Parts: sequence; structure tokens; C-alpha cells
Amino acid sequence: MFNAFSHLLIRDLRLALRNRHELANPLIFFVLVVSLFPLAVTPTPDALRAMAPGVIWVSALLAVLLSLDRLFKQDYEDGSLDQLMLSPNPLMILVLAKVLAHWLLTGLPLVIIAPLLGLFMSLPMEAVNVLIYSLLLGTPVLSLVGAIGVSLTVAVNRGGVLLSLIILPLYIPILIFGANAVDVAADGMPVRGQLLFLGAVLALALSLAPLATAVALRITASR
Amino acid sequence: MWNWIQRFSSPKYFYAMSAALIPWFAISALLIGVYGLYLGLFVAPTDYQQGESYRIIFVHVPAAWMSLFIYMVMAISAGIGLIWQIRLADMVAAASAPIGASFTFLALVTGMLWGKPMWGAYWVWDARLTSELILLFLYFGYMALQSAIEDQRSADKASGLLAIVGVVNIPIIHYSVEWWNTLHQGATVTKFDKPSMHIDMLIPLLLMAVAFKLFYAAVVLVRTRNEALYRDRNRRWVRELIERM
Amino acid sequence: MNWSEFFNMGGYAFFVWTSYALTLIVVMANIISPIMQRKKVISRIKRAIKREQLQKQNSVK
Repeated sequence: MFNAFSHLLIRDLRLALRNRHELANPLIFFVLVVSLFPLAVTPTPDALRAMAPGVIWVSALLAVLLSLDRLFKQDYEDGSLDQLMLSPNPLMILVLAKVLAHWLLTGLPLVIIAPLLGLFMSLPMEAVNVLIYSLLLGTPVLSLVGAIGVSLTVAVNRGGVLLSLIILPLYIPILIFGANAVDVAADGMPVRGQLLFLGAVLALALSLAPLATAVALRITASR
Repeated sequence: MWNWIQRFSSPKYFYAMSAALIPWFAISALLIGVYGLYLGLFVAPTDYQQGESYRIIFVHVPAAWMSLFIYMVMAISAGIGLIWQIRLADMVAAASAPIGASFTFLALVTGMLWGKPMWGAYWVWDARLTSELILLFLYFGYMALQSAIEDQRSADKASGLLAIVGVVNIPIIHYSVEWWNTLHQGATVTKFDKPSMHIDMLIPLLLMAVAFKLFYAAVVLVRTRNEALYRDRNRRWVRELIERM
Repeated sequence: MNWSEFFNMGGYAFFVWTSYALTLIVVMANIISPIMQRKKVISRIKRAIKREQLQKQNSVK
């Protein structure tokens, strides 16, 4: 079973790395959108610092949302999704492998580039640290919960907007705690509670989301 | 016993049995609602803090309770339909969604109309209103997914799963929004919570809540009957029924 | 309390009465919509029955 997990993980990573330029898109989107805000307002450090946590977090959210399509679309279209579902290995594990690949390709780059964006938005150093932690805990949840949404909409034509409508309400708690953690860190206050909450949500998502995704995939395939 | 359940949950049987129930729910909803309104508007005393504007709670709070109650019913029915493949349960879920969404909308607008005299602004990002807004999005997501998938069975299962995922998320969302809201509370204390409820205010409130729920029962029965007719439109029981009309 | 005081609702007339009016509208919508939906479903099925009867007649010929 672990074999299947690692094989699927490596396969997904390898396939994605063949289209390296496509991988950069969510990352570029992230940087681009965050950069729009200073351009739209008077970019005084204070104003930027005030809006930084929200802006960076929302942009990360949207970047992940846009990238979710790649999770199942290709496999759905070329039939590998059906193959995966026929596998003797539990579908949950396979889903977990695909979501991990997705996060490594999408979420992790966002975490890595986030300090740069913290700099753009005049965030103090302590806040940038917390930004990294909060994104590190939050982006996997975004991928996990996003997988549920994609598996429900992968067979719908032009399901992109529908996906957003379904997923974004579910993202809101992560957004609230993630952005708030960075916000209070900028004021020098403790963030343990927020990060613990994000950790708890991550644990919950890790246990439940692959199950829900597997069920959703079987529903989608039964058409 | 399984046979018994299967018989009672067949759309045909449901259609025949529900006809008699609807008038009972409708009339009791009307009577209790009228009485509740009477008590609320004429008998309940004036609030010493909020004056007469507090009377909005007699529709706002029941509407908010309805929005959550209906979502629960929707998610539970969808779960029953998903797990035990009972089509009637899927029909109830699909029928409930627009009703729930309309009451969520009502809770939002009455909340805004209550907020303006209280806080001077139609919209404030307080916990209750924000949670209701997110709930409205959850309803829309359910309805959008239902209509986006052509195959009825898949549509029911998919949106049913979404409803269940939503139900798991509602406590998380509620807690998050409440917590977030306590951070941003200004000098004004939120009056949407009811710390001191005079009994003369509580009774009409509860009566209206009951009336709304009975109203929902009547409406969902009518809507579910429509779903049954439509989904079984090629089956004999529907054809015979229609030909007799 | 006399009637004019009642309608005024202590100055909050607009807010209170608009809320109750909206409630009435939502309630009415929830009554009318299923009724119209039922009519639509029934007429659709009737038309489908008619179409199939015509097809049967045409194929017999």
C-alpha cells in the first residue's frame, strides 16, 4: 500500500515537472495579485502592513483555488482516474498521494515565496515568520478540502466557478485564523492559539478529506 | 422491517399520504403564527433599551433558526439518501434547499434592518450576520451543484456529499466567525444575543419559531411531491395519476 | 397604545414594518413557488403523454 502511495506521488510529480512552465502559474498569480494592492492604494508602510495579512492570505487562497483543476482533470480525461478507482489499494490513500503531490507543487512554493511578499507589504520580521507557519499549516488544508470540491465538479463543464462557489465558504475558517495569526504577530502578540487551531483543522482535514474525496470520486465515476 | 421502510419511502406512497398532511401543517402554522404575531406586536412590552425596534426579532430570530434547521434537515436527508439509497430522502433534500435559502436571506435582511437602528449601519461584520451570509453561500453551492449535474442520481449524491461536508463545517465556521468577531468588537456590545429575555417577549418568539417550522413542513411536502412527480414522470403511477387529472 | 403610535413603532416604523413586509413576501414566495412548480410539472408530463400518443398513432399508420 505504501508502495502504491509513493509510486502515485512520484508519478504525479514527474508528470507535473514535465510542464514546468505551467507549475509557475499559481506562483506568479500569487505574486501578481499581492502586488496589485500596493498599486491600488497609497503604499505607505502603515497602510500596507494593515492590509498585508488579509491580502497575502486571500491571494494564496485564490492561487490554490485556481490550481486545483490539475488535481484530477487530466486523469479524468485520459481515463487514469477510472484506473485508480479500480486499484485494490484504498482510494483514500491514493487520493492522499495526489493531494500531497499537489501541495508540494502548489502550496509549498507559495510558502517559500511568502517572505518576499511579506517584504513587499512591509510586514515586520516576526509577522513574516508567523506568515510562513500559518501558510505551512493552512495550504495543505486548502489542497485537502479543495480536493473534495474538485472531485465533485471534475465532470461538470466549465466547473471552475462552481468549484469556487462550493469551496470558498469551506476555506473561510482557515482564512480567518491564518490571517489573524499574522495580524497579531505584527503587533507582537502571541499566536499560539491561532496556530494550534490551524494544526487541529489540518489534522481533521487529513483524516476526513481523503475519505470524502474518495466517496465523491466514486459518485463522479458512476455517471 | 426493511420492507416496511421501503414501502413507506416509495415516492408513490409518499405522494398519496402527504396530501392529507399539508392542510394540517398549513393551518396550524397560520394560527400559531397569527397568535404569535399578535402577542409580539401588541402584548409584548416595549424594550427599555431598544424601544420598539426590537420587535424585529420576532421574525429575524425564527428566520435564522429556520435557516440552520432546514440545512440540518437537508444534510440529514441527503445523508440518508446517500447511505441507504432512499430516493425520497434525496427529494426532500432537494426540495428543502430553496426554502432554507429564502429564510437565510430573510434572516440577513431583517438582521440588517435591525442593525441600522441599533448600530447606525445596515451591515456590520458581526458573528451572526457573517455566519448567516456564509450559510447562504453553502445553500447556493448545494443548489448550483444540483443543477450542474445532469444525471439525477449523481446530482443527488454529489450535492448530498457537499451538504454533509457543509454540516461538518458549520460548527467550525460558526466558531471561527464568533472568535474573529470578538477580536473586532468596538465599544458597542452585540445586542443580537439575547441576554435578558422577558417572558412576554420569549413566548411570541417561540410561537413564531414553531409557526415557521410548521410552515416549512407544509411547503417541503408540496415541493417534495413535485419532485416525486417530476422524477418519476415516466413511471406508471405518475402517468395514471396525471391522466386522471 | 393608539393606532398611530402603533404604526409609528417609536420612530422605527420603516425598519420594523419593512422587516415584517419582507417576511410576508418570503412566506408568499414559498407558497406561490411550489404551486407554480406543480403546475409546470403536471403540464410537462401531460405534454409528454400527448407526444407519445401521437408518436404511437404515427407509427401504427
